[in-house]
Amino acid sequence: MSLEVAVAAALFVGVIAYAVLGGADFGSGFFDLTAGSSRRGAELRTLVDHSIGPVWEANHVWLIYVLVIWWTAFPESFAAAMTTLVLPLLLALLGIVLRGASFAFRKFSETLEQARLFGVVFAASSIITPFFFGTIAGAIASGRVPLDGSGDRWSSWLNPTSLFGGVIAVGTCAFLAGTFLVADARRGGHDRLAEELRTRALVVGAVTGAVVFAALWPIHEDASTLSDGLAGRAAPLVVASALAGAATLGLLWTRRYDVARLTAVAAVAAVVSGWGVGQYPWLLVDEVTIHDAAGATATLQGLLVAVGLAAVVVVPPLVYLLRLTQSEEWSRH
Amino acid sequence: MTPDVVADVLAQLAASTEPEGLMPARQQMALSLGWHIVIACFGVAFPAMIFVMHLRGIRRDDPVALGLAQRWAKASAVLFAIGAVSGTVLSFEMGVLWPGLMGKYGDVLGLPFAFEGLAFFLEAIFLGIYLYGWGRMPPKRHVLMVLPMAAMGIFGAYCVLAVNAWMNVPTGFRLVDGEVTDVQPWQVLFNQHALLQFAHMWLAAYMVTGFAVAGVYAVGMLRGRRDEHHRIGFLVPFVFASVAAVCQPFMGHVLGLGLDERQPSKLAAFELALEEESPAPLRLGGVLVDGEVRGAIDIPAIGSLIAMNSFDDPVPGLDAIPEEDRPPVNIAHWAFQTMVGIGTLLMVAVLWFWYQRRRGRDLLEKRWFLRGAAVAGPLAAVAMEAGWIATEVGRQPWIVYGVMRTEDAAGSYSGLWWLLGATVVVYTAMTWGAVVVLRSMARRWRAGAVDLPSPYAPEVVAGTSGDER
Ligand code: HDD
Ligand code: HEM
Ligand code: HEM
Repeated sequence: MSLEVAVAAALFVGVIAYAVLGGADFGSGFFDLTAGSSRRGAELRTLVDHSIGPVWEANHVWLIYVLVIWWTAFPESFAAAMTTLVLPLLLALLGIVLRGASFAFRKFSETLEQARLFGVVFAASSIITPFFFGTIAGAIASGRVPLDGSGDRWSSWLNPTSLFGGVIAVGTCAFLAGTFLVADARRGGHDRLAEELRTRALVVGAVTGAVVFAALWPIHEDASTLSDGLAGRAAPLVVASALAGAATLGLLWTRRYDVARLTAVAAVAAVVSGWGVGQYPWLLVDEVTIHDAAGATATLQGLLVAVGLAAVVVVPPLVYLLRLTQSEEWSRH
Repeated sequence: MTPDVVADVLAQLAASTEPEGLMPARQQMALSLGWHIVIACFGVAFPAMIFVMHLRGIRRDDPVALGLAQRWAKASAVLFAIGAVSGTVLSFEMGVLWPGLMGKYGDVLGLPFAFEGLAFFLEAIFLGIYLYGWGRMPPKRHVLMVLPMAAMGIFGAYCVLAVNAWMNVPTGFRLVDGEVTDVQPWQVLFNQHALLQFAHMWLAAYMVTGFAVAGVYAVGMLRGRRDEHHRIGFLVPFVFASVAAVCQPFMGHVLGLGLDERQPSKLAAFELALEEESPAPLRLGGVLVDGEVRGAIDIPAIGSLIAMNSFDDPVPGLDAIPEEDRPPVNIAHWAFQTMVGIGTLLMVAVLWFWYQRRRGRDLLEKRWFLRGAAVAGPLAAVAMEAGWIATEVGRQPWIVYGVMRTEDAAGSYSGLWWLLGATVVVYTAMTWGAVVVLRSMARRWRAGAVDLPSPYAPEVVAGTSGDER
């Protein structure tokens, strides 16, 4: 593997991690928003709060990781994407700001009115943010981001691939969150809630799966490079994702939630990797390859050092945190 | 920001031939960074204070200290959340506002940011563990979870400051026919100016946080709440702030040494020096109007001493700098003097306090002192903002000193003013939200609440007291 590809792979690991971990956080906004009236939804909202409270900031840093590696390793393509896709990026950013702030505010609200206000902002922005990130992925994957940054500010992200990308992103986030929340609810002893969430996670999963397959046709028409990749090199990943998704539905159905979490993660990780492998060797599809976009060699080496260091010093505490939050002791309060 | 900034902006706007994206981008950058940096101070300095308080609670089995540590931890949960999102805004802005800079120099200045990201990871992870670990972990292990947070806040700040220092004193690459070659990213991460800038900022963070937190308890004492809770709630952060406030002017002085060679135009603007003088006076106040200094008070020779560490070394003048390379002089001068003035004032004030205390007089009994302590936090924040405005505006018209002009870094957008307008609205709302929530937390604590249960239902649903404690 060449140096550039190694760095691109490290970058893409960040994308996958953000999609899975950040995605589950975003998706819980969907369940929060649709939890019903204050009285009915209180239990679920408390659960959401409790599940993502300790982890959302750490999960959010994956986004920073992706941005930083991108602009350091592939500076020109970063500037190009930021210029062409400025609108969806800013909208996603708005969502991030509103969501993070209002999540923290809601937790310490004094009155129900305040909690409601911050809660709606939190939940709604949790849904729009992945949508815009999805459109960005679609724009890059369908070759609409030229290297000189001159892409159309609107049609670059308002097109079939992008819109499906957005919807798929929202759906996968909700699906992931659903499987995690079900497991959390049962571990916390909220059996009635777990049953309710199970039904909703099943519906979300089925709908999302259907959308993913429905999207294959428009992507074929609209983004031929990606679609060739998906049918070719990335085909095993697409199949794996379909299988893992179906398995998750089966496991949810049979109430084996702990395993369902793993297969759900696998399904999402496989879809996202499918996109990455599908568009390889392009960084910005049809515009610039990973190789040609790369910055200075010394910087790429430095980045690999940083990534290696991160693997050593960040992963163990991260695992520790995730295990704590999934432990009996932390669920029972 | 300040009125003269606004006036200056309007004047420049009227006369500008600059790219459309430049002026709104600058204002956007100044607003979002100026906001982030205040919260970031808490990220840098608060963990250390929480650690000391928490440790005291465990060691002495002191419920007051433990209670304070726990409250501070909860308050910091709110602050860190808005710190993280406002930092994310900055990461986007680097690309959105300055595509010219990032496209050309992204691989030069990027490595420190990568390490900064690493630091934020650890900070966020241990924040999660610490906040939610109350009562769920052995106390001795729990308190240690603050230490990585404290260390990483510091390391992260160093990394960003390395980038800023690089913008002031660029190294680690060569320009050959306009192309960037020979990139040495490690040299950027460890550039010679970074450590000094970092040290100055680090102290600033301790001042802002320490005085602000102490100020909260000073207000409490003014309202007659004079218990142990308020006493140590005041003293612990005040000790941190005091040490920082005493060191800061020296640190600032050291940071300024050599500025005549690094950025003569900046020094000339700071000192409002129209021409080279030897020895140079210290020029207090004054504005530059039509090429003349009006209303300044000159104190002979001290300028050379302060800026150059010598009685007769000359301070460079603006006349040596081509017209098009001069920064907005008045803004830089006033910002600089505001910072130095406040810094000197705070240093004298804390020295006075500790001197009186040694003599057995407790100024905490004096209402005038408590009033002063209550405004010290905002004053320190003003000093810090002023310092940043001085450095950043003083570096103009360069984004990377001597290498890239700010106008070449900006994008060619239209519509950035809308973005600025939206940002003002969102940041105002976020500030409002934080103030409302933090004040209501304080109110409930005063009323005796310990847990702050999540208010999601009209009444607490049985069996789901899901708040962490
Ligand atoms: C609480 C905040 C605070 C206080 C009290 C001071 N400063 Fe400061 N100063 C900063 C906060 C700050 C800052 C905001 O943190 C800056 C901006 C960039 C930097 O690294 O530090 C800064 C920059 C800065 C610079 C610009 C360096 C450059 O652009 O190369 C100089 C020369 C000084 N300071 C000098 C001083 C002196 C002589 C002080 C004496 C009282 C002082 N500062 C107090
Ligand atoms: C002197 C300047 C700065 C200092 C001292 C500083 C410090 C900090 C600190 C301590 C945090 C942790 C969050 C918190 O605890 O509140 C933070 C967050 C952040 N900062 Fe800054 N920062 C500075 C400038 C910048 C700049 C210029 C950028 C980017 C261009 C930036 C990007 C970020 C990001 C992305 C985060 C969020 C990380 C997360 O998700 O937790 N910061 N900053
Ligand atoms: C280490 C952190 C920082 C970095 C990397 C950074 C970077 C930048 C960049 C890229 C610009 C735009 C280009 C330019 O005008 O030269 C800028 C401008 C500016 N920044 Fe900073 N900045 C940092 C910290 C801060 C802080 C904390 C403040 C707080 C007030 C600040 C205030 C400003 C202002 C006022 C401008 C506009 C200057 C002008 O164009 O007249 N900066 N900064």
